[in-house]
Amino acid sequence: MTVYEVFRRERKGQPFEHAGSIEAPDAAFADTWAREQYGRRGESDALWLVPRESIHEITEWADEFDLKYRRVDGYSIKARLAEARERASVQGRGA
Amino acid sequence: MEQRTQEFLAYVQAGGQAEATDWLPDEYRQRLIKFVEMHANSELMGVLPEREWILKAPTLQRKLALTAKVQDEVGHAQLIYRVAEDLGKPRERMFDDLVSGKAKFHNVFHYPTYTWGDVGVIAWLVDAAAIISQKALLKCSYAPYARIMRKICWEESFHILHGRDVILALMTGTDVQRQLVQEAVTRWWPPLMQFHGNPIRREDDPMWIWRIKSQGNEEARQQFLDGYVPQIWELGLTVPDPKLRRRDDGVWEYTEPDWDELRSVVTGHGPRSQDRLAFRRRFLDQEQWVRDTVLAA
Repeated sequence: MTVYEVFRRERKGQPFEHAGSIEAPDAAFADTWAREQYGRRGESDALWLVPRESIHEITEWADEFDLKYRRVDGYSIKARLAEARERASVQGRGA
Repeated sequence: MEQRTQEFLAYVQAGGQAEATDWLPDEYRQRLIKFVEMHANSELMGVLPEREWILKAPTLQRKLALTAKVQDEVGHAQLIYRVAEDLGKPRERMFDDLVSGKAKFHNVFHYPTYTWGDVGVIAWLVDAAAIISQKALLKCSYAPYARIMRKICWEESFHILHGRDVILALMTGTDVQRQLVQEAVTRWWPPLMQFHGNPIRREDDPMWIWRIKSQGNEEARQQFLDGYVPQIWELGLTVPDPKLRRRDDGVWEYTEPDWDELRSVVTGHGPRSQDRLAFRRRFLDQEQWVRDTVLAA
């Protein structure tokens, strides 16, 4: 028996989303089974059946360096902006 | 408690979700299997009271709708058994535990149906009570279960409209038809009030602690009362509970449900428990050859 992960797409152009899994002895059975469980009501435009063991999953991420400078959350401008505005208002606008 | 179990608990309590391939604490896995298995059993057993009415449905359209509904519920059972199976309990063992009476299924599926009024009330109110529990599972800490609930809730929305339609057809019919509905509401009220379980504080409910459920039993019951008692009343039907009322603060008061009856019914002592299990056993035996053939392929 093989476990297949089932991904379904509602409409063309949309992403495939994980829907569930089925267990089947072969691909033909998996095909019938998946149609019955995930497409019977016309709720899917397409299905992907992927043997679970064929999925190469990545969940571990190296985080040795602080790489925040590449991201929005690496910049906190609020306090600095307030300070700059304060300074400008004390000194008067422009020169 | 082991450190990583503690971390997992904190993770799910903060709204985190786990996937099928993640490490799960033993206690979590066992509780989850038990919960999911009972849910699957309830879908599978829940079709039997309605199945009896496919041949007796009053019109062709009702027969087709009821057949579609029964087909959906069996489909839900398949999806949910798959989740439990993936968590580690083989499907054959779940079927064995079901038909031997070791595993449970929801109280409402242990009762008989006498008239088409019962079918309407099941499709309307029993399904409504079930949907409240099922919607709360959309936020379940076990993500594969939460994801299949999306499909299930989507299908349930048709079931509940079908139920309301059956009820409205009867209520706009003759006095005899209206009486069928009233009698069915009266019969189903006590099991409906027991359906969401005893009012254990959610902080003491392991299913909430592990965030398998996202609401407590009493919260679910209050939600049911708030949503459906006004619908029952507006049709001119009576709820057989003189104490039932909505307080000014929005909380519903009601007569304490019979928790002994609930315990007795779900442990196989309901009026139809044994008949329905015998029926299920017969079909499992009868269709053993299908499973043998498929598994031998």
